[in-house]
Amino acid sequence: MRRLRRNKVALFFGFLFILLVLACVAAPIWAEEVAKTTPEANHLSDVIKVDGKDVNVVGLDGVPIGPQWLKADGKFFFGADRNGRDIAVRLLYGGRNSLMIGITAAILTTILAIVLGLISGYFRGTTDTVIRALLDVLWSFPVIILAVALGVALALGGLNIGPIHLEGDSLGIPIFIIGVVYVPYMARPVRGQVLSLREKEFVEAARAQGAGPIRIMFTEIMPNLAGTMIVFFTLLIANAILLESALSFLGAGVQPPNPSWGTMIDEGVDRVATAAHLAIVPGVMLVLTVLSLNVFGDGVRDALDPRAKVRLER
Amino acid sequence: MGRFVVRRLAQMAFVMWAVSVLTFLIFNVIPNGDPAERMAGKQPREAQIEAIRREWGFDDNIFVQYFTTMKKVFTGDLVSYFTQLPVGEEIVKGLPRTLSLAIGAALLWMFVAICFGLYSAVRAGKFADRFLTIIALVGISLPVFWIGALMNHYLGFKLGWFPNGGYVEFTEDPIDWAYHLILPWTALSILFVGFYSRVLRSNVLDTINEDYVRTARAKGLGERQIMIRHVLRNSMIPIVTLWGLDFGAVVGGGAILTETVFDLQGVGQYAAEAVGQLDVPPVLATTMFAAFFIVLLNAIVDIAYAYLDPRIRLQ
Repeated sequence: MRRLRRNKVALFFGFLFILLVLACVAAPIWAEEVAKTTPEANHLSDVIKVDGKDVNVVGLDGVPIGPQWLKADGKFFFGADRNGRDIAVRLLYGGRNSLMIGITAAILTTILAIVLGLISGYFRGTTDTVIRALLDVLWSFPVIILAVALGVALALGGLNIGPIHLEGDSLGIPIFIIGVVYVPYMARPVRGQVLSLREKEFVEAARAQGAGPIRIMFTEIMPNLAGTMIVFFTLLIANAILLESALSFLGAGVQPPNPSWGTMIDEGVDRVATAAHLAIVPGVMLVLTVLSLNVFGDGVRDALDPRAKVRLER
Repeated sequence: MGRFVVRRLAQMAFVMWAVSVLTFLIFNVIPNGDPAERMAGKQPREAQIEAIRREWGFDDNIFVQYFTTMKKVFTGDLVSYFTQLPVGEEIVKGLPRTLSLAIGAALLWMFVAICFGLYSAVRAGKFADRFLTIIALVGISLPVFWIGALMNHYLGFKLGWFPNGGYVEFTEDPIDWAYHLILPWTALSILFVGFYSRVLRSNVLDTINEDYVRTARAKGLGERQIMIRHVLRNSMIPIVTLWGLDFGAVVGGGAILTETVFDLQGVGQYAAEAVGQLDVPPVLATTMFAAFFIVLLNAIVDIAYAYLDPRIRLQ
């Protein structure tokens, strides 16, 4: 921890991430108090006052206005899109979706990976062989292709697994997809650690006291995985946000009109020639968020174990 | 060595089989609803759904269904119900473009990463090292389709330094081929440069403390010769493995975003367009062949590795 505290760059970026999250959480405040609109409201034929002059939100040639900063009292801070929707408002609401997907998917991955890694590493033998084969197969698919395949398969009908029911256009679909595809990348190193931890004296002591496998796995071994978990969790959020944007770009992620940074970049990239701010604004926001997580995660890894090699994306 | 190869190939065959089963499950079993309806795409007609159901045998039991699906994938009579074009032919048509992109990018990212990583390690802890670390972290944080679109717009369209997307056959004009691929190669490389340079940096820092490096220094070799012949060579081993795997991953799927942004019309873009139409047969075929290619490449890398380093054969 002291090593982390000395790493000013990592701390700065960790702070930046918290700031970005808070800004997105506060989206309704900005929308109601400053921009006075909603993420879905169209202002196609509206006229706003900029420095006392009247300006069309969307010009007669269909080109929306660019960033106004504070010239229009905070309205259209980052400009408008082709429907006259306020980009700044959509950016914050989209950030809520992107961050929510990223964080929830990271939690899902972490839980699955820890449980699989613990069972596989602790019991060894046939259980281990089966789980490892399963992870190997998942690992054989390129992350993005597997995610896209699941996205296409689930987009029309949705998903039913036991008690879980997800509609085709719900945010649960991208969360489920992203949560699953990263599991092998985390479960493998966890399994490796469990394999060596289970031979340690404290595990033997617990076993001598009569502790069962469940107790040994979750109260003796799991706390020792905390460092790995923190590092992976940070990087998982970063990668999940990136993957969400890639999936939305391909049309297999968040389904419009739900805003997310991915869908906003997707819309912006199509119109980069006429209104570049549509692509630049959400892209910069996404990069800042992912970068802050990557730098912070890197700092935590350095502080805990500089030699650990952590990598998710392929 | 012979036994290792046989064992590794058997393992490969098993994983490929499992991949085919998982692909089948993803498309035909896991999702809700009627698989025939999903195959038919976004706006299916009743008669077509019925025809697909008969053709794919969706009323048969699940094992027969699996065999029917695999037969369709491997005999090449898989047809997109959206474009009516045969899937196999389209994939073969796009393959040279995808390989052009992947091979060029792989060479580029390796070269740049070696320069960055080595320089970073030599200057460890100094300003240049910190600066390159930040650059590397920025690199792995950039969505490739976003930076690609901006490069295409500003460098290609506005400044006119590069062509605005598109692809020229190598056999037609090799120079124009490379000229059209410079931006896609760069965009695709950014992520990998970020990652490889950092791995190489930490490997170099580990290797510098080895005994043989001290020996080389003791016998009076020049610093440049020590770094390149002794340190770099040994630091490269893990990276070369990664390189093989990543190349497979890029051909198998990583190229999907880059190809789409730069309009290269390769396999990736073919898959991306099918995704946009929710057109299942092309996505099914590309998913499976992508995974197959990666499994095959993994096996080749492992065997090459075992050939070079006998310790691995015994594990």
